[in-house]
Amino acid sequence: MRYSVFSLLWNGLRGNRDWTPAWRQPEPKPHYDVVIVGGGGHGLATAYYLAKEFGIANVAVLEKNYIGSGNVGRNTTIIRSNYLLPANNPFYELSMKLWEGLEQDFNFNAMVSQRGVLNLYHSDAQRDAFTRRGNAMRLHGVDAELLDREAVRRMVPFLDFDNARFPIKGGLLQRRGGTVRHDAVAWGYARGADSRGIDIIQGCEVTGIRRENGRVTGVETSRGFIGCGKLALAAAGNSSEVARMADLKLPLESHVLQAFVSEGLKPFIDGVVTFGAGHFYVSQSDKGGLVFGGDIDGYNSYAQRGNLATVEHVAEAGKAMIPALSRVRVLRAWGGIMDMSMDGSPIIDRTHIDNLYLNAGWCYGGFKATPASGFCFAHLLARGTPHEKAAAFRLDRFRRGHLLDEKGQGAQPNLH
Amino acid sequence: MASLVPCPHCGSRPKEEFTIKGAALARPAPDADPDSWFHYVYLRENPRGAYEEYWHHTAGCRRWLIVCRDTVTHQVNTSQDAAAAKGQAA
Repeated sequence: MRYSVFSLLWNGLRGNRDWTPAWRQPEPKPHYDVVIVGGGGHGLATAYYLAKEFGIANVAVLEKNYIGSGNVGRNTTIIRSNYLLPANNPFYELSMKLWEGLEQDFNFNAMVSQRGVLNLYHSDAQRDAFTRRGNAMRLHGVDAELLDREAVRRMVPFLDFDNARFPIKGGLLQRRGGTVRHDAVAWGYARGADSRGIDIIQGCEVTGIRRENGRVTGVETSRGFIGCGKLALAAAGNSSEVARMADLKLPLESHVLQAFVSEGLKPFIDGVVTFGAGHFYVSQSDKGGLVFGGDIDGYNSYAQRGNLATVEHVAEAGKAMIPALSRVRVLRAWGGIMDMSMDGSPIIDRTHIDNLYLNAGWCYGGFKATPASGFCFAHLLARGTPHEKAAAFRLDRFRRGHLLDEKGQGAQPNLH
Repeated sequence: MASLVPCPHCGSRPKEEFTIKGAALARPAPDADPDSWFHYVYLRENPRGAYEEYWHHTAGCRRWLIVCRDTVTHQVNTSQDAAAAKGQAA
């Protein structure tokens, strides 16, 4: 069923009796051309673009829980393409362009809202670094504006501009950045993939990877063996565990990242604002809740929940940036498991095992990358060659020394 | 994670006193082949379950420790002095 204002009116007037499920609940078939492990944003987007752009629809997406139960529903919904490195920026800009046309493309309201992403700077050195990043963005055709203190004050007058330790001196603004309703991204891609014949199999956990003569031939699952031509891993925080089934050791660590929502408030913060000094970023949802988060907790975790010390740190940083937050009550908190790569940049590549493909290492930035990640992974699976915008995201770059270390932190994932 | 972490020198201490470095891996010899160094610097077991890490007791005895922790429950099981553990292994 195609969604439109007419279908909404028609079904509303008829008491909403005739809506059909947005996707099927199929039984797994014995064999698929492509099996995608992980029904999160990236896995579902890969399936969608495989069918829509590359004409490969004999595909299954295996999800051990329900679709969207992982990080695609556990993030702060921010989209942006304000990256420095020439290998990263065009990729995230491709993602931004896909976000801009996404709702018309998959006929689903994902509430894409380009309300602007503002990164604050607090020192001359940080201003110089932001100027460099802004210039790098503009060289790649991405919008970036360096704001001085008064321009920031006009946008967000309630910040603590004269904070004794971290005075706000200005900001780097990407007006095309913003937020997207994250659940709807998973649902929209799932519906689009399903309507093109792709099987989305929920409650199906992969327990083993079967290999014959060094090539992958299928997966053992909690619902029996499923054969495949190509096996595509998009398991995010569980990537290391899944890859271990094929004796593959990855340059990844799994870390927990927390996020929070406050009680509903009147309209207060228009866009996304990030504190350049204290690991804090905030936006306001359409329901009025402030959606905010900070840095990863800093230790390996598969727990999907974090520690109080980080909660305190985030709250303190938030109050340092916006004193008015001091009496806001937090409604909910959650943790997601990030597949932190050793240089802070992702991996979209084939592996040394035939028929085994890997999409991982998204760190805490996977949500904004969802459309481009799916598109480029589908390109790799269908054509056998990397998409030009994702050509640097190779698995062997660590061995070759061609790191994509956006933050310059070295091989220390808890610092990325 | 538990609020109190056992330190072999200081006893039970608040976890905020500690800094977590990461996987407690054996460092290859300086002249080891590039492959060994690649594995040491970039590849991780990243297990779901028991995991040995280097922790620094920054606000306590300032010794490096090897802490065994569960990555699912966050429970800290054992801790020992890293230098002492290395001495035992040698």
